[in-house]
Amino acid sequence: MELSGAEIVVQALKDEGVEFIFGYPGGAVLHIYDALFGQEDVKHVLVRHEQGATHMADGYARATGRPGVVLATSGPGATNLVTGIATAYMDSIPLVVITGQVPTPVIGSDAFQECDTVGITRPCVKHNYLVKDRRKLAETIKKAFYIASTGRPGPVLVDIPKDITDPNIKVPYHYPQSVSLRSYKPKVKGNPRQIRKAADLIASARKPMIYSGGGVVLGEAASELTELTRWLNFPITNTLMGLGAYPGSDRQFLGMLGMHGTYEANMAMHECDVLIAIGARFDDRVTGKLDEFCPYAKVIHIDVDPASIAKNVPVDVPIVGQVKPVLSELISLLKSSGHRPDPDALEAWWAQIERWRSLDCLRYDRESALIKPQYVIEQLWEITGGNAYVTSDVGQHQMWVAQYYRFEKPRRWINSGGLGTMGFGMPSAIGVKLAHPEEEVVCVTGEASIQMCIQELSTALQYKAPIKIVNLNNRYMGMVRQWQEFTYESRYSHSYMDTIPDFVKLAEAYGHVGMRIEKPEEVRPALEQAIAMKDRLVFLDFITDRTENVYPMVEAGKAQHQMRLPPWISTDRELA
Amino acid sequence: MRHIISLLLENEAGALARVASLFAARGYNIEALTVAPTEDETVSRMTIVTCGDERIIEQITKQLNKLIDVIKLLDISGSGHIERELMLLKVRARGEEREEVKRLADIFRGRIVDVTSQAYVIEMTGDSAKLDAFLANLAPGQIIEVVRSGPTGILRGERGLHL
Ligand SMILES: Cc1cc2nc3c(=O)[nH]c(=O)nc-3n(C[C@H](O)[C@H](O)[C@H](O)COP(=O)(O)OP(=O)(O)OC[C@H]3O[C@@H](n4cnc5c(N)ncnc54)[C@H](O)[C@@H]3O)c2cc1C
Ligand SMILES: Cc1ncc(C[n+]2csc(CCOP(=O)(O)OP(=O)(O)O)c2C)c(N)n1
Ligand SMILES: [Mg+2]
Repeated sequence: MELSGAEIVVQALKDEGVEFIFGYPGGAVLHIYDALFGQEDVKHVLVRHEQGATHMADGYARATGRPGVVLATSGPGATNLVTGIATAYMDSIPLVVITGQVPTPVIGSDAFQECDTVGITRPCVKHNYLVKDRRKLAETIKKAFYIASTGRPGPVLVDIPKDITDPNIKVPYHYPQSVSLRSYKPKVKGNPRQIRKAADLIASARKPMIYSGGGVVLGEAASELTELTRWLNFPITNTLMGLGAYPGSDRQFLGMLGMHGTYEANMAMHECDVLIAIGARFDDRVTGKLDEFCPYAKVIHIDVDPASIAKNVPVDVPIVGQVKPVLSELISLLKSSGHRPDPDALEAWWAQIERWRSLDCLRYDRESALIKPQYVIEQLWEITGGNAYVTSDVGQHQMWVAQYYRFEKPRRWINSGGLGTMGFGMPSAIGVKLAHPEEEVVCVTGEASIQMCIQELSTALQYKAPIKIVNLNNRYMGMVRQWQEFTYESRYSHSYMDTIPDFVKLAEAYGHVGMRIEKPEEVRPALEQAIAMKDRLVFLDFITDRTENVYPMVEAGKAQHQMRLPPWISTDRELA
Repeated sequence: MRHIISLLLENEAGALARVASLFAARGYNIEALTVAPTEDETVSRMTIVTCGDERIIEQITKQLNKLIDVIKLLDISGSGHIERELMLLKVRARGEEREEVKRLADIFRGRIVDVTSQAYVIEMTGDSAKLDAFLANLAPGQIIEVVRSGPTGILRGERGLHL
């Protein structure tokens, strides 16, 4: 089969089984757009801003585990992608991003809409390519999918000069079934000796703790994690990225840890003697002050990326490999060896944890005449049975979802943790909804974040993505305001907007349904009503208590057990 | 501590930029960097001289290994190794200086490869410390120009860094 470069791009996507491509046309990709014309195998989703395309592809990838695919033109098209690519990179999300470039002969001449896309994106991609030979195009696209989705996943960009996609020059087409790279051989299985050491250490634990993260979601190892945790009867906490990898309403689950983690999770981390870190990267929002982090613990760390291990925290038993096979191996070793940790010690440890838990650190004022944001999330959780796909933007609302929506399954919680990108929530929800049209998809956002990619409301209408938007409207950049209250003596410097759009009218202007909810008793009926509108996007504007803060909080420079609790909770009084 | 890291990498456009920008982005030190093709034209060999404590060097090697273009890597300063750097040096050589510079160059096994009435060009190889020592022995103001290649290195014994 002889194809032009442009046809090769489209055929390769078909051969790869790509369902959706999120894109926006322009001069340098017009040959590719012409090749997309009239075919239905790869559905093109026309966004309203290239950043939206990356977040949609990202949401699609997080919800399905398959790489999200993006297409944009050179110059401004490519630079508009950067935030979304960096977002995916920080959270290890597989994307394949195709950009047009100016024709090869004029590269480097400051040609119209030229920018060094490969150079600009280099620090925020797993790898990138500039294709200069159309005979290598198909293979390069295959490599991009392979690299993006194996090992520690991440975005891969393929930059294609316009002359390479010239419709008049055809070359033989062959899409390889598989590729192998001598310079890239990610490990799958863990070293058996290390796994044995881990099993021994686990058997000697008296105050064990499991700390698991996004790697368990990415590595499809939720069932292994659950099996291990239940069999050992160990307490477990999840990072923000790991939520849902262990059932959120299970007794052994202590909630999220870290800056806005629960009291019991952070205290158990601080006091534990054996820490089992699984697919988590000891981020500074988790560890707090490093030299006081888990001071009594021996650390086992399972991660596919050797560079994640011992980066921030010294590790006693490093295991490099995919979580799934490593956990299976560990489980069978523990079961066959038959020795378990001292049951009396474990019972005493659980008693201690239950005391911490009895503080009920997430309790809030349920009698308030104002809508409490926590209440909205709790109601959402109840109505959807903990089984909705929930995306979020960045800020207080994001933390309240993490704390109050108990995710029962992996891949249901979709948010930007590493980069913390405002504007991520709504477009990513569209990506999720397109992937799972039958599932409930909710975007929880704030009045500031939602305005960063608001234009994608139009895309949602065109491609029939009837998501529900829960706007926790506190008329503040709440997370910023909270920091200013705590550390800048309530000088609220530029953390509120004097002009906020009428979101009901805005939703309607885009062809959707808008609702404003101002009283606590209206919260549940409004949510039920919105969810009942199966085929409409509903924008729910909840006017919430604007002074609410996220608690607990480990403030900057503090150790993880030194949490700031809400003023209405006192450890001295209640745990004495 | 000073470390010498040897790498084999794909001879691809941009491979050097990836290594350089990794060091810049993560704030690692580069004291010297050399790169050239090998007997296999698809592979380049790079030598990086860097410094840092054990934890930083471990991160540097891990992060380098993560680059898709890096095929293999070895911190050769950990084992017995030979280190060589090439220096080309232009020195003022007039009157009595001429004999003295020649004698000093001989002691350091340097070769005079260009001669004019006023100056010599000396070629010298050795580990970096030796080249430093030679420079320190010249009279102040005598040096016109120094060109150093940066160190390269190889392991002693049979063990090699190859594909
Ligand atoms: C406003 C805000 C507040 C935040 N507060 C908190 C907080 O209180 N608590 C919190 O936890 N986070 C918080 N975060 C998020 C935080 O910044 C980090 O994104 C998060 O802690 C990282 O999660 P993780 O360690 O699970 O790593 P991820 O970023 O999910 O990385 C996954 C790790 O697993 C590895 N991995 C990937 N795939 C596999 C596989 N198949 N097998 C083995 N290993 C694999 C990767 O190499 C990597 O090391 C906050 C973010 C924001 C924006
Ligand atoms: C693109 C971007 N710019 C700035 C920030 C810093 N930031 C983090 S949270 C936040 C406020 C978010 O306000 P809002 O969306 O209303 O959420 P709230 O905290 O009020 O729930 C800001 C500005 C960011 N995370 N992303
Ligand atoms: Mg707000």
